[in-house]
Amino acid sequence: MKLVKAAMAGTMEPSDVMVTVEPADDLTIDLESNVAKQFGASIKATALEVAKKMAITGAAIKLVDHGALDFTIRARMETALKRALKEGVQ
Amino acid sequence: MNSLYRTMLFVPGNAPAKLTKAEIYGADCVIFDLEDAVSVQEKDAARDLVRTFLSTYHLDCRVGIRVNAQDTPYYEEDVKAMVPLKPDFLRLPKSETAKNMQDLDVFMSQCEKEAGIPEGTVKIVATIETALGVQNAFEIATASKRILGIGLGAEDFRTDMRMTRSEDGQEILYARNRISLAAHAAGVMPLDYVYSNFKNTEGFTADVRFGKMLGFTCKSVIHPSQIPLVHAVYDPTEKEIEHAKQVLVVYDQAMAKGSGVIALNGKMIDMPMVTRAKAVLAYAKASGKEI
Repeated sequence: MKLVKAAMAGTMEPSDVMVTVEPADDLTIDLESNVAKQFGASIKATALEVAKKMAITGAAIKLVDHGALDFTIRARMETALKRALKEGVQ
Repeated sequence: MNSLYRTMLFVPGNAPAKLTKAEIYGADCVIFDLEDAVSVQEKDAARDLVRTFLSTYHLDCRVGIRVNAQDTPYYEEDVKAMVPLKPDFLRLPKSETAKNMQDLDVFMSQCEKEAGIPEGTVKIVATIETALGVQNAFEIATASKRILGIGLGAEDFRTDMRMTRSEDGQEILYARNRISLAAHAAGVMPLDYVYSNFKNTEGFTADVRFGKMLGFTCKSVIHPSQIPLVHAVYDPTEKEIEHAKQVLVVYDQAMAKGSGVIALNGKMIDMPMVTRAKAVLAYAKASGKEI
């Protein structure tokens, strides 16, 4: 499934993550996080898992992480992707 | 987890840090809020966040979710997403009529069926926020077997009634009385309203005491600092516990002797006093006090 528009979800507050997704041919993930060294692979894997579960085949995903736990990454990814799949102005 | 519902702490549904800290303050129940604490642009995000949070963690306290009102475009999606999480209850704002409750009941049954959950697992707490709702309090409280409690949403009620707000809430006395009466008559929990000025601890404590006098057994709170203040008012004092024990000892002795007249320290003991004494001890035990 392809995205129809760019969308965002999340905030810059502590314990949150700001997710931006844009239509693209492939699935790519760019991560900014103070804990990227320790948890970067795990954060990216969680984000990718959500995208695949939603059958997204093309999306440029950017995560700006502020110490989000797994449940927050999942929720923000899901919200951003659902918004990006909807027609109309966000 | 204790069996009491002394405090219900509202927690904004779209704030991850607040969700993870929700249970540490010791409230008997937390309510994840999808309604007033969430802006209209973020309703979908809050719903997703509360869902992933409750799918991941099991809280050691009661859990409620305040969904959006039935006249909003968010209500159906809220109920559909929240029922499968099996919270203790959904809290419905703008509850005005028995039909509001029956419609929610039917919809929840459908959601429970789709999720493979036994019908009636998730209860309902009705928030009454209008003149019509207060007028219909008893009908609301008896509209469904799912009703766990009813409470007043004071700010919206004041607006609906064009009331002038006072610090001690004189203007909402009748509504509080009517809701407490309706709840007790229906055998459901009477929930006292949110006292929003959480910095005024004296005013808040006086308000909780007054609510207890009116028969309320639970207070909705919006700040963790309000939790111990409510518990201190609702929990029986050592003196009350001691008196309750003495009443029951004297009562048991009189029953054993077949005596019809019972007295303690020169005062007659009647059945309502015995019932209250039992309730005091049960409450003390549930709140973790030594009895």
